[in-house]
Amino acid sequence: MSTEITIKIKQSWRTLTMVFALIAIWIIFQYATDGAFLQPRNLSNLFRQMTVTGVLAMGMVLIIVAGHIDLSVGSVVCFLGVALAMLMQKGVSPEIALLATVFIGVVISLIQGWLTAYQKVPAFIVTLAGMMVFRGLSMGVTAGVTIPLDDSWIKSFGSAYVPAVYGWVIAGVSVATFAWSRVRRRLSALRHHVAGGSSDFGMWAAILGGAALVGGFTATMNAYEGIPAPVLLMLALMVIFNFITTKTVFGRHVYAVGGSVEAAHLSGVNVRKVVLGNFLLMGVLTAVSAMILTARVESAQPDAGQLLELDAVASCVIGGTSLMGGKGTIAGALLGALVMESLNNGMSLANMEAFWQYVVKGLVLVVAVWLDVSSQKAR
Amino acid sequence: MASTANKVLELRGIIKEFPGVRALDGVMFDVCRGEIHALCGENGAGKSTLMKIISGLYAFGTYSGDLIVDEQVRKFANIKDSQQAGVAIVFQELSLVRELSVAENIFLGREPARYGVIDWDTVYAKTAALLSDLGFNINPHDRVGDLGIGQQQMVEIAKALALNAHILILDEPTSALSDTEIEVFLSMIRTLKTRGVACVLITHKLNEVFSVADRITVFRDGKSIASYAAKDVNEHRVISDMVGRELTDLYPRIQKSIGGPVLEVKNLTVPHPTVPGRDLIHDVSLAVRKGEILGIAGLMGSGRTEILMSVFGALHGGHSGSIKLEGETLNLRSPREAIAKGLALVSEDRKRYGLVLEDSVSRNISLASLNSMTKFGVLDDDGEMSIAKDYVRDLRIKTPGIDSQVKNLSGGNQQKVVLAKWMLTKPKVLFLDEPTRGIDVGARAEIYKIVGEMARQGVAVVMVSSELPEVLGLSDRVIVMCGGRVTGEFSRDEATQERIMAAATRFS
Repeated sequence: MSTEITIKIKQSWRTLTMVFALIAIWIIFQYATDGAFLQPRNLSNLFRQMTVTGVLAMGMVLIIVAGHIDLSVGSVVCFLGVALAMLMQKGVSPEIALLATVFIGVVISLIQGWLTAYQKVPAFIVTLAGMMVFRGLSMGVTAGVTIPLDDSWIKSFGSAYVPAVYGWVIAGVSVATFAWSRVRRRLSALRHHVAGGSSDFGMWAAILGGAALVGGFTATMNAYEGIPAPVLLMLALMVIFNFITTKTVFGRHVYAVGGSVEAAHLSGVNVRKVVLGNFLLMGVLTAVSAMILTARVESAQPDAGQLLELDAVASCVIGGTSLMGGKGTIAGALLGALVMESLNNGMSLANMEAFWQYVVKGLVLVVAVWLDVSSQKAR
Repeated sequence: MASTANKVLELRGIIKEFPGVRALDGVMFDVCRGEIHALCGENGAGKSTLMKIISGLYAFGTYSGDLIVDEQVRKFANIKDSQQAGVAIVFQELSLVRELSVAENIFLGREPARYGVIDWDTVYAKTAALLSDLGFNINPHDRVGDLGIGQQQMVEIAKALALNAHILILDEPTSALSDTEIEVFLSMIRTLKTRGVACVLITHKLNEVFSVADRITVFRDGKSIASYAAKDVNEHRVISDMVGRELTDLYPRIQKSIGGPVLEVKNLTVPHPTVPGRDLIHDVSLAVRKGEILGIAGLMGSGRTEILMSVFGALHGGHSGSIKLEGETLNLRSPREAIAKGLALVSEDRKRYGLVLEDSVSRNISLASLNSMTKFGVLDDDGEMSIAKDYVRDLRIKTPGIDSQVKNLSGGNQQKVVLAKWMLTKPKVLFLDEPTRGIDVGARAEIYKIVGEMARQGVAVVMVSSELPEVLGLSDRVIVMCGGRVTGEFSRDEATQERIMAAATRFS
């Protein structure tokens, strides 16, 4: 029984360590920027900026958990942004343009997914090729010229906010739903006498902690202008993807394939379809990320999204996803994205030169994984 | 009788233990100069363990007893030491680097070099000389991966001899060779004998043994049972020495009724994926009835696992022949389709093929049945936990909880989790491949009870096993495989260890 609890503690340890690291980073920057970092306005920007990477990271988790990787997302985001802007420029309505962009994103991902899953070309190679191809196509199609985004709800979306009232309503509903799910889980655990890892204390701690987090977040956002629209979109996607990974057969299959592709295959999992499905979801998310990025910058730049894939992978990994496959969570990936963006934001605010951002991000990535690997060995 | 002065290799009182099991129990073994000595025994009798001691893979200090080469007690710390003493071993899994050339492989680790720069001329010249000396028709520049298995084996042997070995140990050398290649191999062994190289042949193939061996030693359960000149005995004697063992009372006596045929396999042939003209399985026909336990006996490499994998839809590449389940012809292309039709497979290597080690007990149990555990598309966590708890209780799976990772469970309990996973799919036919490998006696008895109960409930069970007592204790009928073919079929009353072993070693 004590082994059970020890394991549960070790698993939460990972998440707790990351949260502590995040808080530590925030405190450091708060000090380094003379208090500017934790201002509601800056935090609002921070969360808005992390959405581009955060959305991609959610799709990347599924792909990495299943044992693959997608290096093309940065280039495809750029390409899809270009597609969106050009279509609207040609007079296509924003809704159709958006749907078309999603469609193109899905087609691109399905091709990459097919090559990986059915033709057994290593994902690294397929998506590396994708990265190069779509970078080139973006430059070619735009002829190197930035394409402005026409006025539309999409453009406003990039800088829009959710009015405070709605923000509170959403917060309230989220906390209530979360509390209910925790209560249900506790009741179920009691019913089955699955003692280890579950307790009344744990349940209340989670509910109250969650309420405090959501409440604090909403209050901070509303102190500036409200929850940024892209952030709400990202959070909605987080709920959906969390549901997929924890509550659907598909999600369970993804983790099984990542844990042992042979055992999954012999247990009846359609491995190829699962991998293809992961790429399909990644395609959708890439399109969403492209929309957010293009809307925020109000244009499609021919060199947008450089190294975005690395940010996405780093977010996943910092958040506890293992590159070996089989391990990783959506929430962890978003936490990782938040860490990465905090570093970006903090360093800019502290007027550190741009090159430091690369150096620090690289170091943080290595240290995060190093700590993870060491704690595994200690087990 | 060999006089002491003539012995190149001698082992006295070797004892080797692993946690919980004594692999070698006071073994006595000796080989004379220039002798061809065959070492026979069932899987798990201790032959490979002994070879690993002789070759230095198990260093001095990890075993007790004396290892004597050329009349000197040796204390090998690693393989290099044994090589320097003139011992060379060719393992069943060849240790060649496929991407490198023949010469590069032969001189791997001992390349002649001047100031760090390899003298390739010498390497290739020496290799060519060695190969022609041995009568091998192989080009030193050829890439090893391009050679056939038989030729790769010759390269391994050349490599061993290039180290000036005068004691050559070969572990199952002909298991992957075609008939013609085996003839070439045997004549090569005879040639080596004329040069004074002593060969120890670990093999099951008694016809080869009687074709070249001077002496035969039989191992059983970690002991050296008997040693005699080949001309003094015949196959029957060797077989009965290999098996002579009591059946213990592990096997449940179950009252059950056996129904009509559930699975009928006719003329199943699966071609070998890389060796042309060879079949993994050739013209195999079998049938299992409702509630019946069909045992498939035979030695490793006889094609038994391939039958199960092929019927289950898990073998790539096609097969010919027909497979019928309850009268309906099956054309299964994936395990998923097989499971949907009511087949289940407990595979040989549970850690690799049967379990997701990092996952919990409950998630492993539900893995093959997830589609039926959903409510409106959402996984029923509650139901999953409840089912897992039921199985843990009914199968007596020892685990801290249903959330424990299966990698922390003992082998027997891991296997029970695998069984639970398949039982949950409510199969019509259950395939078992070496179901109690690496499992202690206590857990074995429980697993036999579980399998027996499934049969009583009407599941048709096909069990592949290398353990004769297990096959004889559980099966209602036994078929024996050798070289991809069915070589024997016995009812429970007709089956004896000798008959099975004879059929299992019928031909190469």
